[in-house]
Amino acid sequence: MNLDFTPEENAFREEVRAFIQESYPAELRAKQKAKQELSKEDYLSWHRILARKGWVAPSWPEAYGGTGWTPTQKYIWSEELARADALPLLPFGLSMLAPVIYTFGTEEQKQRFLPGIFNGDVWWCQGYSEPGAGSDLASLKTRAERITGDDGKEYYLVNGQKTWTTLGQFADWGFFLVRTDPNAKPQAGISFLLIDMKSPGVTVRPIITLEGGHEVNDVFLDNVKVPVENRIFHENQGWTCAKALLAHERTGIAGVARSKRGLEKLRNVARTEMSDAGGPLIGDAFFRRKLAELEIDLQALEFTELRTLAGESSGRGPGSESSILKIKGTEIQQRLQELALEAAGHYGAPFLRDLGHNVQIGPDYARGVAGDYFNGRKTSIYGGSNEIQRNIIAKMVLGL
Amino acid sequence: MDFNFTDEQTMLRDTVASYLSDNYDIDKRRAALGKEPGWRPDVWKAFAEELGILGAPFPEELGGLGGGAVENMIVMEEFGKALVVEPYLGTVVIGGGFLKHSGHARAEELIGQIIGGDAIFAFAWAEPQGRYNLADLKTTAAKQGEGFVLNGRKAVVIGAPYATHLIVTARTGGGQREHEGVSVFLVEKNAAGVTTQDYPTVDGFRASEVTFENVQLGADALIGPFDQAMPLIERVVDEAVVATCGEAVGVLRKLHEGTLEYARTRKQFGVPLSSFQVLQHRMVDMFINLEQSISMTYMATVKLGWDGERSKAAAAAKVQIGKACKFVGESAIQIHGGMGMTEEMAIGHYFKRASMIETAFGSTDHFLARYEFLSLGEAA
Repeated sequence: MNLDFTPEENAFREEVRAFIQESYPAELRAKQKAKQELSKEDYLSWHRILARKGWVAPSWPEAYGGTGWTPTQKYIWSEELARADALPLLPFGLSMLAPVIYTFGTEEQKQRFLPGIFNGDVWWCQGYSEPGAGSDLASLKTRAERITGDDGKEYYLVNGQKTWTTLGQFADWGFFLVRTDPNAKPQAGISFLLIDMKSPGVTVRPIITLEGGHEVNDVFLDNVKVPVENRIFHENQGWTCAKALLAHERTGIAGVARSKRGLEKLRNVARTEMSDAGGPLIGDAFFRRKLAELEIDLQALEFTELRTLAGESSGRGPGSESSILKIKGTEIQQRLQELALEAAGHYGAPFLRDLGHNVQIGPDYARGVAGDYFNGRKTSIYGGSNEIQRNIIAKMVLGL
Repeated sequence: MDFNFTDEQTMLRDTVASYLSDNYDIDKRRAALGKEPGWRPDVWKAFAEELGILGAPFPEELGGLGGGAVENMIVMEEFGKALVVEPYLGTVVIGGGFLKHSGHARAEELIGQIIGGDAIFAFAWAEPQGRYNLADLKTTAAKQGEGFVLNGRKAVVIGAPYATHLIVTARTGGGQREHEGVSVFLVEKNAAGVTTQDYPTVDGFRASEVTFENVQLGADALIGPFDQAMPLIERVVDEAVVATCGEAVGVLRKLHEGTLEYARTRKQFGVPLSSFQVLQHRMVDMFINLEQSISMTYMATVKLGWDGERSKAAAAAKVQIGKACKFVGESAIQIHGGMGMTEEMAIGHYFKRASMIETAFGSTDHFLARYEFLSLGEAA
């Protein structure tokens, strides 16, 4: 048992740190600093730089473009990305869909879809939740019926509504769970379809969330014709793909490296802001206690994640263990957002979103903290709510 | 970075676990604790002679197994699972720690006696007025000729009734809470002027109030630097705190397992308790607490060797462990219902030990304040 990095690992850290510093787009950095809304090109610019370097998908198998890095190298990589405040890569294609394709897809599907995901040529969105199917995802109703088209080919005719589709306004393609057998048990009649968002009958409508942002959307599917070859895995067995995808989604959202960086920033704010007594806020008995407890909990999460990565943790499979990471990771992200808002004091209140980024009111670090806090409520809801995660652990890990 | 145990470490764990499962079940424990001397010298002898574990963290040249903090953690975790009261912590971790780190002239000889099971140590640091402050000392050691004369009183010295030697912190200079002027002494328990009032603790251990009245000590009783022993004391206490976290992991595992087992078999409203979602979620939170505690104990065990990080890591681990002991312990009793309150069931004994670990060397609040100081700097 040891926690030291080898000389090779330290050299690796130097290499990736230098690369990020040299290659990160300056305009993107400036927009992030000013908390400006990002365009589709902004989101993709960093992705494409990493794709050219070959580092965009470290977790993929090497055969499809993965880096073959060890868990420790991946840990170092995520730390360095967070340290540089690099924009997180969009997970939809890279870490949610791609594993489903390379695990369950045909050779032809792999060749058709993986390069577009890797290179950032195709923007993917997720069509899972429905107005009537949230945590109870298997109750989804969007219907896909087999038809023969005028061209003599086989299609699915898809009808229904999806919701909470993140950044669907930019998407070229989406991956959808649809019901292909309405008479089977809920999990048994679902299929996994890839749908071109430009297909006739697809409509994307914005949902504005509490902080005023347009991040999520409703997606309406009205007699959308989807070629049968766009189905991944067998008909009516899409739930298998969905479950695998959710496990991947859960590990990603622990967000340890980002939270460590967030905590470092919060400590700096607490050294600048004043307490009622006149000294820095970091000396305030109540605030520092919350900060210390958060720091300790984050460290516990970090080492739990490292143990999970090392395959040690209790000798159980990684799939269900990752539920712990989701629960604790999102709780910590939310506490960070709470404390950032609290630290900002009066300047948590100004709502500057619609005034343009040139309007400067209050300190930089206070800008948008309330919005982050409001928006951050999503983390314990999405990807299977934290209560659902507890159900999963109870059943899969504890055998209750 | 590596979270695996070596083959030797796994063997050590198996050896201890199998000995304890044969010789240290809850009924045998109960019977031994209920009568004098309140611990089992035969078991201690077996630790020394059959298992050889009293040498786990000592160098092979001295007759030890050549291990370190990880070996201590392994032994303590297995002890936690069986609620062992024999004084490994006081003797091997703390006594051995002071001897190893101080380079005391008699270190080799005394470590040899520890490994052989002949020397048993108890750590006399706390005083009635001092709460968890290691430097709050009224006990004095005045210079007298070549040696010292010791006067004062120590509170709740765990394991003192079974000890042959006491390790005593005392003031050789400075004011009552100053870091300067603290020294450490090795005192034979049967020395003239040492009196003890012995009693059981709520979790099955034995402890003493120890009084020193003009105890004459030779020059070689001093362990570590004169007047400047706080860094040495803090180092050994960090090691003891982390070893205690290891013990806690064993206790927490049993609380968690025992609760799951009970919830699966106990029926109410015609179904097992384990089928109620409200209880499932509570057991999941117990599990999360356990996993986080294991992670922090591993982290702190390894960082005992990192000088700049050691104290912060130990404090952080003890905060996690302290919270987990409370939450997991109280939840275990709650889910057992009235049965959890009975002397008859093992679960309550684990709960009692967990409750005492929560305040061992300092409460969660104490270690949070210490962590805050080490990580965030002075409070306003």
